[in-house]
Amino acid sequence: MSLPAFASLLERLAFTPGRLAKLALLRHWFETQPDPDRGIGLAALTGELVFRAAKPGMVRELVAARTDPVLFGLSYDYVGDLAETVALIWPARHGVNTPPPGLAEVVAAMGSTPKAALPDLLAGWLDALDANGRLALIKLVTGGLRVGVSARLAKTALAEWAGEDVAEVEEVWHGLTPPYLDLFAWLTEQGPRPSSEDRPVFRPLMLAHPLEEPDFPSIGPETHRAEWKWDGIRVQLSATPGGRALWSRGAEEISGGFPEIVAAMDFHAVLDGELLVMRDGEVAPFADLQQRLNRKVVTLKMQATHPVGVRLYDILFDGAEDLRALPFDARRARLEAWFARTQPARMDLSELIPFASMAELEAVRAGAREAAIEGLMLKRADSEYAAGRQKGKWWKWKRAPLGVDAVLMYAQRGHGKRSSFYSDFTFGLWRPDGQGGQELVPVGKAYSGYTDQELLWIDRWIRNNTTARFGPVREVEKTLVIEVIFDAAQRSGRHKSGVALRFPRIARLRTDKPAEEADQLATLEAMIVGEEAAD
Amino acid sequence: MRVTPQGLYCIPGDFFIDPARPVPMAVITHGHSDHARPDHGRVLASAETLAVMRIRMGADRAGRQQQVVAMGEVVTHNGVQIRLVPAGHVLGSCQVVLDWQGSRIVISGDYKRRRDPTCALFEPVPCDVFVTEATFGLPVFRHPDAGAEIGRLLESLRLFPERTHLVGAYALGKAQRVIALLREAGWDRPIYLHGALLALCELYESLGVKLGPLAPVPVPAKRGGGGLLAGEVVLAPPSAEATAWVRRLAEPVICAASGWMRVRQRAKAKGVELPLIISDHADWDELLDTVAEVQAPEVWVTHGRDDALVHALALRGIRGRALHLLGRGDEEEDQAPAEVVAEATA
Repeated sequence: MSLPAFASLLERLAFTPGRLAKLALLRHWFETQPDPDRGIGLAALTGELVFRAAKPGMVRELVAARTDPVLFGLSYDYVGDLAETVALIWPARHGVNTPPPGLAEVVAAMGSTPKAALPDLLAGWLDALDANGRLALIKLVTGGLRVGVSARLAKTALAEWAGEDVAEVEEVWHGLTPPYLDLFAWLTEQGPRPSSEDRPVFRPLMLAHPLEEPDFPSIGPETHRAEWKWDGIRVQLSATPGGRALWSRGAEEISGGFPEIVAAMDFHAVLDGELLVMRDGEVAPFADLQQRLNRKVVTLKMQATHPVGVRLYDILFDGAEDLRALPFDARRARLEAWFARTQPARMDLSELIPFASMAELEAVRAGAREAAIEGLMLKRADSEYAAGRQKGKWWKWKRAPLGVDAVLMYAQRGHGKRSSFYSDFTFGLWRPDGQGGQELVPVGKAYSGYTDQELLWIDRWIRNNTTARFGPVREVEKTLVIEVIFDAAQRSGRHKSGVALRFPRIARLRTDKPAEEADQLATLEAMIVGEEAAD
Repeated sequence: MRVTPQGLYCIPGDFFIDPARPVPMAVITHGHSDHARPDHGRVLASAETLAVMRIRMGADRAGRQQQVVAMGEVVTHNGVQIRLVPAGHVLGSCQVVLDWQGSRIVISGDYKRRRDPTCALFEPVPCDVFVTEATFGLPVFRHPDAGAEIGRLLESLRLFPERTHLVGAYALGKAQRVIALLREAGWDRPIYLHGALLALCELYESLGVKLGPLAPVPVPAKRGGGGLLAGEVVLAPPSAEATAWVRRLAEPVICAASGWMRVRQRAKAKGVELPLIISDHADWDELLDTVAEVQAPEVWVTHGRDDALVHALALRGIRGRALHLLGRGDEEEDQAPAEVVAEATA
């Protein structure tokens, strides 16, 4: 009975936008499913189950043998997704009374069945399932569940369900393999805490709070250390006698996308740092790094054109020695000593920025012009390395954002709690239209930054000023000016305007400003770093 | 029979079936607005359909002369025998059976073959020409058991007791069917209704369809207040969830009861969190089974996916013809934006 149950879970997850609701669905799954199914489902959701033998082409051949080609073509055209079309159109075979397969049965058989026998096996299961079950099966065996469950979310649900600290779950997690019988035994107090010795495991990261004005007096050169905040992605490098792994901030393993980093991890240590595209020691803008993200494998050409490195800023383990309880200064000394001793390829140290006063730091922050610098990090010299966001230990102090006054062009309804609000806004700037006039060109989308009151106001304004509708999108009168702020502007070939914004959000509604006085695209172009502005 | 801009026209009888514009004489299959239009001269329909029309368009616009035709009763007009037979679509919905000079044509209107506690079951009538819809005329549309879909709604209510479950359902037929199915499944709490559904639910009750305790969705105590009706079921017209009206509810789980929910992209585009595949139209198998049962050598397809259905009929040796009737679409898609309704009644 478990594959239909898993299909129901997938179905609900696929349509559920809210994080809390997703957590509730996952907790329910762990609570109601037996071993080993609950663990297999968990592995499937977090992408730990991979079957190589079943390809979408095989499914397509199976359905082609059972349906009229014209009807299949019309259906595929309408549905748009191959797996879903097959799941829906699969003709019921009368007289089939085999029960639907169990999740464990599917996994075991997928691993042990010779490739030539797979089509028959798959067809037999498809005959025994309903449409939802068929869709789940096809997505499961061909890979591609895509239901918006990150490893982190799954672990949070596990922790909530068991009343355990999520950091504890993280610690034991990566030594485990599906169906995680030892994990569930521990969480249900039926077994000991699984040992993660010797395997590379993800250690929960220490996170920073944004620094606000009231906190300024507490910062000083005696008590705090300053570093640049680089605009890359946070990574943890974990190399032990049992293996090597590169983790993202969200505890996803991303080793496959960065083989050159893994190759350089010729040591035993756990390190915290920033993954960056670096060319001759120069950090490239985030857009360059983006080209390398979310890839399971990476071509040699990509490795050559977008070379990556890691800027190290902390050490958690030196060999088997846990350094996390040491104060920052002591860890930093250990990191420098380790680096001098090991001299790893593709890595360097995040430099400490000397400062004598808060005023000096403010000047340093304001003077930073490099595109890859987001601002400053301030860390208490005596802070141990603790999981999560520890108030008052680490601060991030982003560079003052850039801003433009833009004109609202389109609005889209949000999801979940915001499904009755037009909460996603596309805004544009003016440019010459080549015929002596001015035209608006969209430059970005923002869906945050406003207060609840402002959202109510904009929502009403949009409903009253709609000029056209395209599905969930409304085009509006080009009369409302909004002040948009963002962390950086970058060149982009993918945007009509030629510019992409980092973290755009709404700072203010400028109802006082006529639309024709909104900014020109040229103003934004002058903010692109790495290109010399006209002045 | 002829297809005219007004709709299907019976030449010897000189009347129309479900015409899109005002005509001197019309036979109406059911009360949905793409079939029942106002301001005809003489209207022949079931008692229930006429009652629905009077509620929706006002007694004076539901036909200058309103003639109730009982199920099975034969009305002869200009030599054409007119008979109404249940279509199983919504309360009062009928097929129109026309006999003239020894040949028979059946205009099915919209129909389904599944059991529906709120209306009579479809009766197949053997004929020479069968006129069918094809709203769900693609083999991807095979509706699951409606009771099981209601089961999914009840399970979600147990899982999220702190949230309102808002079910989008068309005001005529679907809403009452969902309510009746919920009652069959044992849900005996009051079911809360958006203002746009109240009148038709009252009509169903007065025509003997028991719906259990119903209540209007209350107005929040203060303007902009929310958090109402946690753990309750609320029914509203489709896309009411896009209006400000919905903000009074407690973090609503947006559900929609429609055959279109079968296709994920459709459900996602509407922002639905719990799609319930409950349809009042025949699915692919029902269309083909019905055509086989009525044994008509010729089938006319009024609207929907006529391309696929005509192709499938040809494979079975049946001559199919697409009529491309104007103004006919799925009633659930074809209506005015619900927020107009919602904001007027809120």
